[in-house]
Amino acid sequence: MPVEKLIFYAFAALMLFAAVRVISVRNSVQAVLFLVLTFFCAAVLWMLAEAEFLAITLVLVYVGAVMVLFLFVVMMLDVDYAAMREGFARLLPFGIIVSLMFFGVLFYILRDRFFGPENLPPPPPHGADYSNVEALGEVLYTEYFYPFEIAAVLLLVAMVAAISLTFRGRQQRKGQQVSRQLQAQKSDRLKIVTMASESPRKATPEPAPTDPEEGQS
Amino acid sequence: MITLTDYLIVGALLFSISVAGIIINRKNVITLLMCIELMLLAVNTNFIAFSRYLDDSAGQIFVFFILTVAAAEAAIGLAILVVMFRSLGSIDVAELDELRG
Amino acid sequence: MLNAYLAIAFTPLLGALITGLGGHRLGKRWSHRLCIGAVAISFLVSAWVFVRFYFQGYEAEQFTVYTWGTVGNLTLQVGFLVDELTSLMMMVVTFVSLMVHIYTIGYMREDPGYSRFFAYIALFTFAMLMLVMANNFLQLFFGWEAVGLVSYLLIGFWYKRETAIRANLKAFLVNRVGDFGFLLGIAGVFYWFGSLDYLDVFGAVPELAATAPALQVTDNWQWPALTFICICLFIGAMGKSAQVPLHVWLPDSMEGPTPISALIHAATMVTAGVFMVARMSPIFEYSETALAFVLVIGSITALSMGLVGIVQQDIKRVVAYSTLSQLGYMVVALGVSAYSAAIFHLFTHAFFKALLFLGAGAVIIALHHEQDIRKMGGLRKALPITYFTFLIGTLALVGTPLFAGFYSKDAIIAAVGTYDGPAAALAEFCVLAGVFVTALYSFRLLFVVFHGKSRVEEETRAHLREPASVVWMPLVLLAIPSLMIGWWLTGPLLFGEFFGNAIKVLPAHDNLRELAGEYHGAMSFALHGLLTPVFWLMVAGLVVAWIFYSWRPAWPARVAAMLAWPHRLLINKYYADQFNQKVMADGSVGLGRRLWQFGDGKLIDGMVVHGLAGGVAWLAGTMRRLQTGYLYHYAFVMMGGLLLLLGWLLLR
Repeated sequence: MPVEKLIFYAFAALMLFAAVRVISVRNSVQAVLFLVLTFFCAAVLWMLAEAEFLAITLVLVYVGAVMVLFLFVVMMLDVDYAAMREGFARLLPFGIIVSLMFFGVLFYILRDRFFGPENLPPPPPHGADYSNVEALGEVLYTEYFYPFEIAAVLLLVAMVAAISLTFRGRQQRKGQQVSRQLQAQKSDRLKIVTMASESPRKATPEPAPTDPEEGQS
Repeated sequence: MITLTDYLIVGALLFSISVAGIIINRKNVITLLMCIELMLLAVNTNFIAFSRYLDDSAGQIFVFFILTVAAAEAAIGLAILVVMFRSLGSIDVAELDELRG
Repeated sequence: MLNAYLAIAFTPLLGALITGLGGHRLGKRWSHRLCIGAVAISFLVSAWVFVRFYFQGYEAEQFTVYTWGTVGNLTLQVGFLVDELTSLMMMVVTFVSLMVHIYTIGYMREDPGYSRFFAYIALFTFAMLMLVMANNFLQLFFGWEAVGLVSYLLIGFWYKRETAIRANLKAFLVNRVGDFGFLLGIAGVFYWFGSLDYLDVFGAVPELAATAPALQVTDNWQWPALTFICICLFIGAMGKSAQVPLHVWLPDSMEGPTPISALIHAATMVTAGVFMVARMSPIFEYSETALAFVLVIGSITALSMGLVGIVQQDIKRVVAYSTLSQLGYMVVALGVSAYSAAIFHLFTHAFFKALLFLGAGAVIIALHHEQDIRKMGGLRKALPITYFTFLIGTLALVGTPLFAGFYSKDAIIAAVGTYDGPAAALAEFCVLAGVFVTALYSFRLLFVVFHGKSRVEEETRAHLREPASVVWMPLVLLAIPSLMIGWWLTGPLLFGEFFGNAIKVLPAHDNLRELAGEYHGAMSFALHGLLTPVFWLMVAGLVVAWIFYSWRPAWPARVAAMLAWPHRLLINKYYADQFNQKVMADGSVGLGRRLWQFGDGKLIDGMVVHGLAGGVAWLAGTMRRLQTGYLYHYAFVMMGGLLLLLGWLLLR
């Protein structure tokens, strides 16, 4: 068995194992970390398929940005993750059955008969002077220029959307609210209390039952 | 020699696992988002494999765009998650039944 | 000539309009002067026209007065077709109308609706003239409906009497049944001939008869076009001419004043059906089936209605049933293709039946509006002129030789005798038995009213005297043609060529032609009549009537008791009214209620209107449950859908 195939099987197995752990671990932080592992393994598989640029991008962008975002959110939110797993055992067989059905259908389509080596033999590997980034860039900035621009706009929109969703206004701002100042009534600020200027002191030794508030004002 | 079928089967397995994940973790929105990421990864793997075996870089361009969209989706999804947690105090999907008819 | 025809038709209309709209200002005297003047002008011009046709052999003429409208290739016109048949009808209508106008002065003397009555009868004269002078089916229908309208108005003339209102409603409704057929017939004419003009249609009939188109009712059931047209038209005639089973309105129409019973419900309007069939003879001739249908209906009417006449106690109703029976005779004549005999009988019948009605009216006036013959009797001495003219009318009606009715009725019976088509035996039996029955009820009426002991109430008897001259003058004027008209007109009308092309008879059907050879003048015809069984049947009727109602007045009750069941049948007029009430009226009310409750209430309201709303509400309620709001349900459905789609793609 050639070394490439060995690497392929090893990382494919690791990726699937990591994926299974993503959906099955109790702790969401661990799940995100297993997701990171999955992406790493996928990047290796992509590298084997000579998609070096995308493999690097996956690691840099996904693992470096998106996954960290996930991790950040998971850690930030105070969620009882254990309670979230309620019904896990009950749904497990059901989930397995559905996923097996999916896999059955997909396998039926994707088996060797259509996509085997005799139908689609792997093209010879590119030489050492081949640059995947260059090839991709040539296509991306010519043929797919407009989609590229739209993707950029999409990212901008996503950014605006994410900020506008979560932004609640500045919390500790000390500003002047003119409308509220104008609405203020005298009664809100000033309380006039009528009382005798001097209370006659009784001969009795016990103190007179006075209103505590009265005493304060 | 790695064949195309190998890639496709791996992709199909990954997809099936994420489907199972969506069904099993029906309460946790974060896990659901992660499962969607897994699905996209499976799809991307297929694109990459076909791009390699048909020797056509269009597949990789597609993956590029999918990654863009997925990043946007993850950002907005997580933003929604945060808003939801703020208003509900929970990320339980079962409590998201405002649309119940 | 057109001016003459316009004068004939529209002078009465003018009189009717002036009297009708300004009657209360004109006063009684000017009301009747105007109307009588108008009708007299109309009569004189008609007589002139008739004389031109009769003596100078004028050809038929057609005029278009006014084009009313054009719809596609259909042109609606008002026009006149004046030929021998029309001129004869114009004569009859205007003459009887004039007599009735004059008579009305006496009959309606004290009625508050005096001017209104004159306006109505003048309007009727106009409508009837439009009917007979029409040159197309639409105008025929116009006249047809207009006379029906005036008939309705006049039956309910005393609109404060509930029976009168019910009677005119009944007449109107029963006529609608006939008119429905009539309209279908006209529609059929337009459908197959593409024209409503008489001459166009009649010209196209032989061609159409040769190709014999048919109305496809179901896949293997079709009606020949001409038969369909003829039977539908005849259904209209059945309504207007009161043939069984649409006869029920005519006896009840006697609720109206007697003059209009004479004019409308004896002499003219009810014969419009007979006239119409004779006018359509070019079509009817080509349909054996329709003619046989006509014959059967006429035969049944002729006999059965005469039988009812025997047991009636109301003087006007006896005469009304007699009218029904005589109309049956005319229709029988139509059925055996003896159109000229039918028209001739119509002609003579108009005189003597108007005479009988006006005579009955004279009796009624003399007895202060008493119509029950059980309270009459012995009036011969008190009312000699009335008696004498009534006797002439009766003799004419029963067909005494030399009287007008003899010629026309004998011609019909002879035509039936030579006829050998379908239902010949039935027709022959009915017309012969009818002669006996006619004599029986006619002489019964005569004996009970004018002979025997007086049963008139004391108070009335003291004032009993002959009515005024305006009442008896028309009687005399009508008695003259009732007696003599047959002497001159029998030959040309029945056997001569008077009708020319106005009436068409196929050689194969020409029953009268066979008789023509035996005709040698009116006198010999009358003498020959003495030897026929018809005459002896009539005499038998006379004798039986004399025995029962003059010699042994107690016998009729005994016979009635012996024949209880048939007697009850006759008293109840074959239960026709009860049948109509129970089956037709209640049935349609029941059907309507059923349709309302089930069709409208359950089907339309329940299922469609409320059902749609309820169905939508139910569907929405059910669909609502699909929207659980849980994310994982939506996700699961999506995945299920994806699986199904993939599976379908694979297993396709």
